[in-house]
Amino acid sequence: MSFQTAWFLLIAVLWIGYFILEGFDFGVGMLIPFVSRNEADRRAVLTTLGPVWDGNEVWVLVAGGATFAAFPEWYATLFSGFYLPLFLILVGLIVRGVAFEYRSKYGKAQWRQRWDIAILISSAIPALLWGVAFANIVRGVPLEKSSTGSIEYVGGFFNLLNPYALLGGVVTLTVFLTHGAHFLALKTAGEIRDRAHALAIKIGLVAAVAAVIFLVWSNLMLPERNAKFATLSILTALLWVAGMFANFKVREGYAFIFSSLAIATFVSGLFVALYPRVMPSSLGSQFDLTITNASSTDYTLKVMTIVAVVMTPLVLVYQGWTYWVFRKRVSASQIQHPERGILDTLSQ
Amino acid sequence: MSSLDLARWQFAITTVYHFLFVPITIGMAFLVAGLQSAWYRTAKLKYLRATKFFGRLFLINFAIGVVTGIVQEFQFGMNWSSYSRFVGDIFGAPLAMEGLLAFFLESTFLGLWIFGWDRLPKKLHLASIWVAATGTLLSAYFILAANSWMQHPVGYTMNLEKGRAELTDIVAVLTQKTTLVTFFHTIPSAAFSGAAFVAGVSAWLIIKKKDIEMARPTMKLGLITMVISFIFIGVSGDLTSRVMTEQQPMKMAAAEALYNTTDSAPFSLLTIGSLDGSRSVFQIDIPSALSFLSTGNFKGVVEGVNDLQKSYEEKYGPGNYKPNIPLAYWSFRLMMGFGFIGVFFALLALYQMRKGGTPHGKWFGPAMISLPFLPLAAISFGWIFTETARQPWAVFGLIKTADGVSPVVSAGAVLFTMIVFTLLYGVLAFIEVGLILKTIQIGPRQEIEHEVSTVGGADDRPLVMSY
Ligand code: HDD
Ligand code: HEM
Ligand code: HEM
Repeated sequence: MSFQTAWFLLIAVLWIGYFILEGFDFGVGMLIPFVSRNEADRRAVLTTLGPVWDGNEVWVLVAGGATFAAFPEWYATLFSGFYLPLFLILVGLIVRGVAFEYRSKYGKAQWRQRWDIAILISSAIPALLWGVAFANIVRGVPLEKSSTGSIEYVGGFFNLLNPYALLGGVVTLTVFLTHGAHFLALKTAGEIRDRAHALAIKIGLVAAVAAVIFLVWSNLMLPERNAKFATLSILTALLWVAGMFANFKVREGYAFIFSSLAIATFVSGLFVALYPRVMPSSLGSQFDLTITNASSTDYTLKVMTIVAVVMTPLVLVYQGWTYWVFRKRVSASQIQHPERGILDTLSQ
Repeated sequence: MSSLDLARWQFAITTVYHFLFVPITIGMAFLVAGLQSAWYRTAKLKYLRATKFFGRLFLINFAIGVVTGIVQEFQFGMNWSSYSRFVGDIFGAPLAMEGLLAFFLESTFLGLWIFGWDRLPKKLHLASIWVAATGTLLSAYFILAANSWMQHPVGYTMNLEKGRAELTDIVAVLTQKTTLVTFFHTIPSAAFSGAAFVAGVSAWLIIKKKDIEMARPTMKLGLITMVISFIFIGVSGDLTSRVMTEQQPMKMAAAEALYNTTDSAPFSLLTIGSLDGSRSVFQIDIPSALSFLSTGNFKGVVEGVNDLQKSYEEKYGPGNYKPNIPLAYWSFRLMMGFGFIGVFFALLALYQMRKGGTPHGKWFGPAMISLPFLPLAAISFGWIFTETARQPWAVFGLIKTADGVSPVVSAGAVLFTMIVFTLLYGVLAFIEVGLILKTIQIGPRQEIEHEVSTVGGADDRPLVMSY
């Protein structure tokens, strides 16, 4: 296997990790108003994310950094081309992070309501736009060679909002909502858990329909038949159904694992459909960005491979350990004085 | 304004803003870890209160440090895509390493620390803040290696066919002199900032007569850390000056507004007059000090801007190789000036605190309130100097800033994102300062020890920490 292929795989792994982990973060962020009836509920839900959300977000930072290091042409073309969607995602990530950390500091109802709205919107925007962005990459966007020889995106913002890509956005949005509900069912106790169960079934069905249409469309759209992608698509559907069934049977651990695996096979499918391209051009394959024409030198890839091979397992171990440390369910009754701000509690 | 100017403004605004929070994070991570270690060793509750109180302030700051960093990670691709294509083979590597080695460590172990008070054994909980603090150092190291490569590229070859620089020696990039001196200048600056914050806040508690039992030792801790780190700043600043003169003589000449090559060059403390060097109305100089600063020899020759311009034209072709000289001149002085004022206040307060005394006098209140801001001003001017006096180069000698900007992004798009980021950052600053003030006003709490150190127990017992 060439270094380029190895790095294509590694970047796929980073995105899979990101979508599984921050996927449920996004889902939980959007579900807060729908699974909570009072302050104690809301704070219990937020507490399930508290220790882990930042670690989850680092997956996308590393995916970005790794793309820069391994495929600089891809990094440059993608982020300057998809400028506004990426900007909106960044704004979402900024607001979300601050909202998690600051929301419960004060007890004032207005302060909290504003942050709650901020969390809802800033979780929904990236959840939707990542899907739009990836669907566009798979579909192919107008890329052309510039006078300096670089391959640049020449479409506008509205080019990115085609029906196929928007459907991709709906898929990630609903999949993350369901995945988040599975996480909440696993991590909370009492009524929140029951509500999360019920919601997971309803939203899971919508996600299933959207994902099936999207996957069939994708398979038909590809220039040539791709058996691996087709297999992964079917696997995704099966895993998703398994997850919904497990949730229905109140096997929460399995439900969460199955929705994680479904996300993994879904994202793998997209990367398999791309390979060996990283950004196909809709204006002709001579303008495709591929793992060869977008990549760094073998030396750089070799250095980065050593770092990745040593560090990635270590990261998985200590991140996994964090989940183990915080494995207990959180219930609303454990939150002391939920209506008081964290800061106000101190002055009592 | 062109998209180039706007992209530069955007980079400057977002990076300087990010770096207001970074030094406090780095400095305070270690101070809080130290305070918690003191509690662990002595079991004195004042140290527990200090850990929790400064820990809260630290986390309010950390949150903004994180979210503003996210923008930095993607900004190179968004606004500087030509730059990214040109340097990606080299520059991307330390950036990716920073993520894999540092960000995961910081974020994961800080999460463990925040929520782990009643979930982890005491020792492991203490270890988690130390690990997180180490993460901040690693992060600084890798990103500074990337920045130093822009100041002084090493370990690469030019691939003319692909039109880009390619990595040949990662060890050279990570261990070159520039990286090392920059690291040893920036880290003490961060310690200086974190310590000034702790000292200033403690002084405020003392003035308000709140928990003096805790505030006195933390104030001393802050002040002493400031003084020690300032010594390191001075030493490394001196080394940095020499490396800089050797590698980027234009920068040193600009810092001094030294137009013509001289030996025994004086260091100008203050120049009032026309800054194009044609005429000076009023000037205070330290004889021969510049020669010493930049070459280590009082008689050393320091090259002037005009001669350098000529030799650069010969080497790199026609063009303007002069950075913004008034900006370089003043930012260099303001960096040092704010630092000196800060350490002066620290020494004065320490002097009055010796033998159990309490600082007094009219100067004390205003000085202590300004204390946290002085290092931040110094640091910002330090970066503004380093980055703007490197211009017109993005990577010295290899690619100009003007050639780095994204060709497909319109000026309107950059303007729009710049306005939104700036407004958003403004709102965040407002909220965070409010929270910090409120936290200080509430002050430390009489912690009850059993509350923070019970591990295990029933599943449904109340949580010590919840969001
Ligand atoms: C000398 C230190 C230093 C410098 C020059 C920079 N940063 Fe920074 N950065 C840190 C030191 C740091 C830190 C101490 O590690 C932070 C600050 C607060 C924090 O939460 O971590 C951080 C946070 C931080 C994060 C969020 C990490 C997380 O989610 O935990 C990102 C993505 C970046 N930074 C990226 C950058 C980039 C691309 C920079 C270059 C322009 C940059 N930083 C300059
Ligand atoms: C965190 C502290 C930093 C601050 C405060 C800072 C400040 C600045 C400023 C003020 C500019 C604008 C210069 C001008 O347009 O005249 C700039 C430009 C730039 N800096 Fe930095 N910088 C910092 C760190 C870094 C680091 C660590 C890197 C690289 C990893 C970097 C890379 C750049 C780039 C690519 C530009 C754009 C080109 C340019 O306009 O010069 N900077 N920075
Ligand atoms: C005591 C006298 C000082 C001297 C002689 C000094 C010297 C220097 C020099 C020569 C540079 C430019 C490095 C380059 O462009 O390659 C620099 C940059 C910088 N300075 Fe200072 N400095 C001093 C004090 C301070 C203080 C008090 C602070 C902040 C608390 C500070 C923070 C910085 C920072 C953050 C940078 C940019 C990072 C870097 O390039 O190292 N400096 N300093």
